[in-house]
Amino acid sequence: MRIELTVNGERREADVWAGESLLYVLRERLGLPGSKNACEQGECGSCSVLLDGRLVCACLVLAAQADGHELVTVEGLGEDGGLHPVQEAFAETGAVQCGFCTPGFVVAAADLLARNPHPSEDQIREALSGNLCRCTGYAKIFDAVRLAAGS
Amino acid sequence: MEVLTPRTLDEALRLKAERPDAVPIQGGTDVMVELNFDRARPAALLNLNEVGELRGWSRENGSFLLGAGLTYSEAMETQLAEALPALAEASRTVGGPQIRNRGTVGGNLGTASPAGDALPPLLIGDAEIELASVRGERKVPLTEFLTGPKRNALADDELIVAARVRAAAGPQTFMKVGPRNAMVISVVSLALTVDRERDEVRAAFGSAGPVAGLVTTPLTELDGFAERIAAAARPIDDVRGSAAYRRRALSVLTARAVERCLQ
Ligand SMILES: Cc1cc2nc3c(=O)[nH]c(=O)nc-3n(C[C@H](O)[C@H](O)[C@H](O)COP(=O)(O)OP(=O)(O)OC[C@H]3O[C@@H](n4cnc5c(N)ncnc54)[C@H](O)[C@@H]3O)c2cc1C
Ligand code: FES
Ligand code: FES
Repeated sequence: MRIELTVNGERREADVWAGESLLYVLRERLGLPGSKNACEQGECGSCSVLLDGRLVCACLVLAAQADGHELVTVEGLGEDGGLHPVQEAFAETGAVQCGFCTPGFVVAAADLLARNPHPSEDQIREALSGNLCRCTGYAKIFDAVRLAAGS
Repeated sequence: MEVLTPRTLDEALRLKAERPDAVPIQGGTDVMVELNFDRARPAALLNLNEVGELRGWSRENGSFLLGAGLTYSEAMETQLAEALPALAEASRTVGGPQIRNRGTVGGNLGTASPAGDALPPLLIGDAEIELASVRGERKVPLTEFLTGPKRNALADDELIVAARVRAAAGPQTFMKVGPRNAMVISVVSLALTVDRERDEVRAAFGSAGPVAGLVTTPLTELDGFAERIAAAARPIDDVRGSAAYRRRALSVLTARAVERCLQ
């Protein structure tokens, strides 16, 4: 079946198999591998995207459910091809080790700051509780979010 | 495999009648896991995301009508959180933000897991589940809707339209024991309310029997209530915890919840 959606401001079409996830479509059919595929069961958050402005796991959205809807992926977060302030902050604080979890954290953190520009420590932890990182121990990721919130 | 995407409830019911094998999908947080891991390969999926009638909530006298498509994030918003505090507290414990933005009350009813966290709060609100098909509508008390582990009273041609719940008539709380907030199937859970209108305490447990269960008592007979809840539960030993632990945890949670609600 064919679906049509807006991805990072652009109209895109894709021929998809009925049972496939939005994540698969992004990575394998639309050439957008920024969203990562790790668990495919909603537990790691590495596939986080904004669907109609809401933070969701792309691995748990049926591709056909995105038909006619609007999507922002990590590739489309920054303006004019530049980095999003959250991305700058991740680079600055060294919040990235292997980098596999980073796109998901960046999208979740950007979503938090868009809704709540000055989050408390607890609010930061809660907002990132759906994302897993096996490398950093999280401390520098929280530093990055604090830095982005301050900037 | 194909995806059917109705735009109205009527169209959805017609499609469900024509294709009783079509599996409804709302937030997909249960269905997609099954598909991704090849544990299910239904002939058709019935995508309910575009059916406006299933979204949101409304108020009717002292009750709230929660659309099947109500997400956990929506249940946490102020107005609903004030009227149905236990449901809001339970919603806060479901997954991370990504899951709460997609997962729905209707999906939790559809899955009918003994561990479904929306179920105990709905039980203490005397929830009735509104079902519809091309044959008509019917209302089923939640206690009858849940028929076994991952089993419910839905007929092949029916959809869940809404849950009707009484607004809190006194303090409510929800508690859950489990390892990590954002990915946890509860080991045991409890919703409890002190109902000042009826002068009774209602408590419902999850993950401690084949279905979530409800126990009530007059406020004047509160002595030994924690033990009665533990006795009413039918927990099993599994990877998440032993039956004995679950019984014990349930009586501790009940005592705590009563204390919290009565102070
Ligand atoms: C990482 C993760 C964490 C989770 N944590 C929790 C948790 O803490 N507590 C908890 O209770 N659950 C949890 N879940 C499970 C899940 O999120 C919930 O059960 C949720 O309520 C399902 O809602 P949904 O809209 O996503 O359902 P879907 O996956 O869309 O559907 C679930 C079932 O309901 C049926 N269905 C859906 N809508 C209707 C309808 N209108 N009429 C008839 N049938 C319908 C579907 O056919 C399917 O059988 C978690 C899941 C994940 C992936
Ligand atoms: S790949 Fe989607 S949450 Fe892990
Ligand atoms: S940097 Fe490796 S998983 Fe987070």
